[in-house]
Amino acid sequence: MTKIDTIRRREQNTAWIMLLPALLLLLLVFAYPIARAFWLSLFTQNLGTKLQPEFSGLNNYVRMAGDGRFWQSFLTTSIFTTTSVVLELLLGMGIAIVLNQRFLGRSLVRTSAILPWALPTALIGLAWAWIFNDQFGVANDLLLRLGLIKTGINWLGEPNLARIAVIFADVWKTTPFISILLLAGLQSISPDLYEAHSIDGATSWQSFRQITLPLLMPQILIASLFRFAQAFGVFDLIAVMTNGGPGGATEVVSLYIYSTVMRYLDFGYGAALVVVTFLLLVVMVAIASFLLSKSRTTKGMA
Amino acid sequence: MAVISKKAETINLSWQSIVLGFAVILVTIFCLAPILWQVLTSFKVNEDIAAIPTKYFPSRYTLNHYIELFTRRRFWAYILNSAFVSITSTVVSLAIGAPAAYALARLRPWGGKVILAGVLIVTLFPGILLFFGLLEVVQVLHLGNNYLSLIIPYTAINLPLTILVLRSFFEQLPKDLEDAAKVDGYNTWQMLTQILLPMTIPALVTTGILTFIFAWNEFIFALTFMTRDELKTIPVAAAQLGGASVFEIPYGPIAAATVIGTLPLVLLVLFFQRKIVQGLTAGAVKG
Repeated sequence: MTKIDTIRRREQNTAWIMLLPALLLLLLVFAYPIARAFWLSLFTQNLGTKLQPEFSGLNNYVRMAGDGRFWQSFLTTSIFTTTSVVLELLLGMGIAIVLNQRFLGRSLVRTSAILPWALPTALIGLAWAWIFNDQFGVANDLLLRLGLIKTGINWLGEPNLARIAVIFADVWKTTPFISILLLAGLQSISPDLYEAHSIDGATSWQSFRQITLPLLMPQILIASLFRFAQAFGVFDLIAVMTNGGPGGATEVVSLYIYSTVMRYLDFGYGAALVVVTFLLLVVMVAIASFLLSKSRTTKGMA
Repeated sequence: MAVISKKAETINLSWQSIVLGFAVILVTIFCLAPILWQVLTSFKVNEDIAAIPTKYFPSRYTLNHYIELFTRRRFWAYILNSAFVSITSTVVSLAIGAPAAYALARLRPWGGKVILAGVLIVTLFPGILLFFGLLEVVQVLHLGNNYLSLIIPYTAINLPLTILVLRSFFEQLPKDLEDAAKVDGYNTWQMLTQILLPMTIPALVTTGILTFIFAWNEFIFALTFMTRDELKTIPVAAAQLGGASVFEIPYGPIAAATVIGTLPLVLLVLFFQRKIVQGLTAGAVKG
């Protein structure tokens, strides 16, 4: 009895020694900055206070409530996030289904289908800015040749077109992540299920609705959760492609936070923006994980 | 009768394979065309780049844009910076993450479930929420323009994935092996370093490739903490190429910089496609 206890205690000690470096580092890089932002958001610290922190209670939050630029950036972020995640799911599902078929050179096609995901977002932003260039861009050239437009479009210079362009680039860059996860899910579904279903007279659309979708639900939810959080914090792609322009049309929350801190040196307000973004993200993650656990239990019951 | 139905089936099948072939070609073009366009641009002379209507293939190939990056700018330094920071943070996050993963998988530490949940949640934090608090830390510790200001956050950002992937790997290992080692008088450390580590190498490679990719691609910390030109990493240096003049954006050098910055990752994907997929799915789905 006591011997087992000492063994167990020794095991516990070893476990904690092994965990400690990782935990300390995670606390320093993840927990501390967030906690610090909560604290600092209660202070005004900007050029007006000569960069000295002055306690101001909830002033920063009151200011945020009336800050049209914040709400605009929040709206822009929400539209960007929902549109790109939905498009990525649809396209990712299509690509996963194609990659799950048997064909010549499948391994090579799979390799090229991961490639966009693995490349640096900032560099991809440069590539897409060049494609959407108003004078020499290939997007305009292709549309002109196809006769879809008469004169070149100023993609990154018009608010709505710039929004479309950054969403397009984001979809290109991150759809592979979703198709990789969905493909793994597709591969784990037994072909017998489809065979039995088609013997029962089901069409392939019916099998997709009744077998593939329900069984893939966990992967779909996990992929959307990850993508949702990432897209909500999108920075590199938009910073490089439009830097929030034209006229703030693509200014997402993270770009607004970045310029509040780095350009306007408004640290207290920047901290409050970080806090609110963090809380919004937490709420959305909570909703998504609730859905996830729900889908898992219903699947277990079925 | 049987013959007819068989014939119908082959026609049906060939229709399907035509649609499939078409889809495969579309997927490939969709994924590769933007990169290939950048590759083509990087080899074009300036007249071809600015030609209207667009010239798809260079009238003559040139290496000038690449030469410019290495002679008039410090691309050697940027490549070395990126490589050094990425490799170091990968090694450190494996060294710290592997023991943590093992502890979570096997030693049932008190509060292990909470730790695991925490690790899962932080994978969802975007860098913009962290850069601000870290900026202060970097200033207080005078780490600005020091490789550590990137290596430390990159290691931390890669820890969750490392822990999740390796934990699911350790959980799949047969437990008998460790029991046998314990009977033979190994303590936990000896068992970990002498018996488990050699078996873990494939999983470490998988994880290491992913962490290298993330570190190589990181932008916001590199942009904020490294302001001295010779210390910049490739993504930041490339993104700032256009900054010199608004009117004359150097499209050629930008394209060449994109190609240089993506090349190491293209090679990684070419050689390790399977491992990348394995790692990603293990990290995301099993966690």
